[in-house]
Amino acid sequence: MPRVVVDVMLKPEILDPQGQAVANALPRLGVSDVASVRIGRRIEIEFTGEPDLDRAREIADKLLANPVIEDFTVRLVEADETVDARS
Amino acid sequence: MTARVGVVTFPGSLDDGDAARAVRIAGAEPVRLWHGDPQLHGVDAVVLPGGFSYGDYLRCGAIARFAPVMETIVDAAQGGLPVLGICNGFQILCEAHLLPGALTRNQHLHFRNRDQVLRIESVGTAWTNAFQPGQEVLIPVKNGEGCYVADTATLDQLEAEGRVVARYVGGNPNGSQRDIAAITNSAGNVVGIMPHPEHAVEALTGPSLDGLGFFTSVLKHLVGAPA
Repeated sequence: MPRVVVDVMLKPEILDPQGQAVANALPRLGVSDVASVRIGRRIEIEFTGEPDLDRAREIADKLLANPVIEDFTVRLVEADETVDARS
Repeated sequence: MTARVGVVTFPGSLDDGDAARAVRIAGAEPVRLWHGDPQLHGVDAVVLPGGFSYGDYLRCGAIARFAPVMETIVDAAQGGLPVLGICNGFQILCEAHLLPGALTRNQHLHFRNRDQVLRIESVGTAWTNAFQPGQEVLIPVKNGEGCYVADTATLDQLEAEGRVVARYVGGNPNGSQRDIAAITNSAGNVVGIMPHPEHAVEALTGPSLDGLGFFTSVLKHLVGAPA
C-alpha cells in the first residue's frame, strides 16, 4: 500500500540548536568536512483507502507543521521505498 | 459578585493547581475546566496553565490546540474573554493563532529554572493593568522551549502597537527574540507569558508576591469591563 510521507523542516531563517549541537559533535567522530546540520521530522501516513495528497497537505498545514516556523513537503512513496530509506 | 476564573486541565498539565490557588488568593473563584469538555461553565476569564499538555508530542501545544475546550476558548477569546496562557499555555495560544509567533527550543538547549526579573512594558492588557509601566517584577521561569520567535515584520508590529507585555531583564534565559517574555493580542484580552506568575503569590513558596498582579489585574478588568 503506498503511503504519504510528510517531511517537516524548520524554516532556513529559524535557528536549529539541535542541528548545531549535532554538528558540533561531529569532530569528535573525526568528521571535519560538515558545514551544517539541520534536523527535521519525517511523518508517514497510511490512509484506509487510496492515499490522498490534498488531504495529507491539509493535515500537514493544520497539525503536523507550524507554518510560522516550519516548511513541509508531501509526497507519495511505495511501501518498498520506505524500507529502502531505512536500510 | 465574585469573579469566576476558569483554569483548564489538559492531560499533562502541571501548574493547574497553582494557577487555581493564585486565582483564589487574588480574590476570585477558581473554576476547574476539563480539556474534553467544550463548556466554559460561565467563567469570566480563563487561565491556560503550564505543563506538558499531551506530552508535548509533535510540538508543544500543537495537540492541545484541538482539544474540545480550546475550540470554545478560541471563539470566546475572539469575542473578548480574558485569557492568560502561562508557559505551555503561551505555546498553546501561539499554536491556536490567538497570538503571533512561536516558541521554540531554548537556544542553549538547556532547561532553565530560576527566578527571573521581568520589566512590565504594557499595562493596557486585561492581565497587567495592576502594574506600573516599566515596573520590574521577580517571577520564576522554568522552560525548555521558551525561545520566542517571529518574523521581523511581526516583531516590529508588536513593538509599534505596544504589544510586548514583558521583557527579560538581567539575562535572557532562552534566547527569545528582543528579550520577549510576554505578548498580547491587538485587543489586549489575550496574554501569553513564559515565566510563571502563579508561582510568585505567597511568601512561603515564591521569590516574591509579584505574580499576584496578573490575577488582580483581570479582576480589575472585569469590574471595569462593559457587560
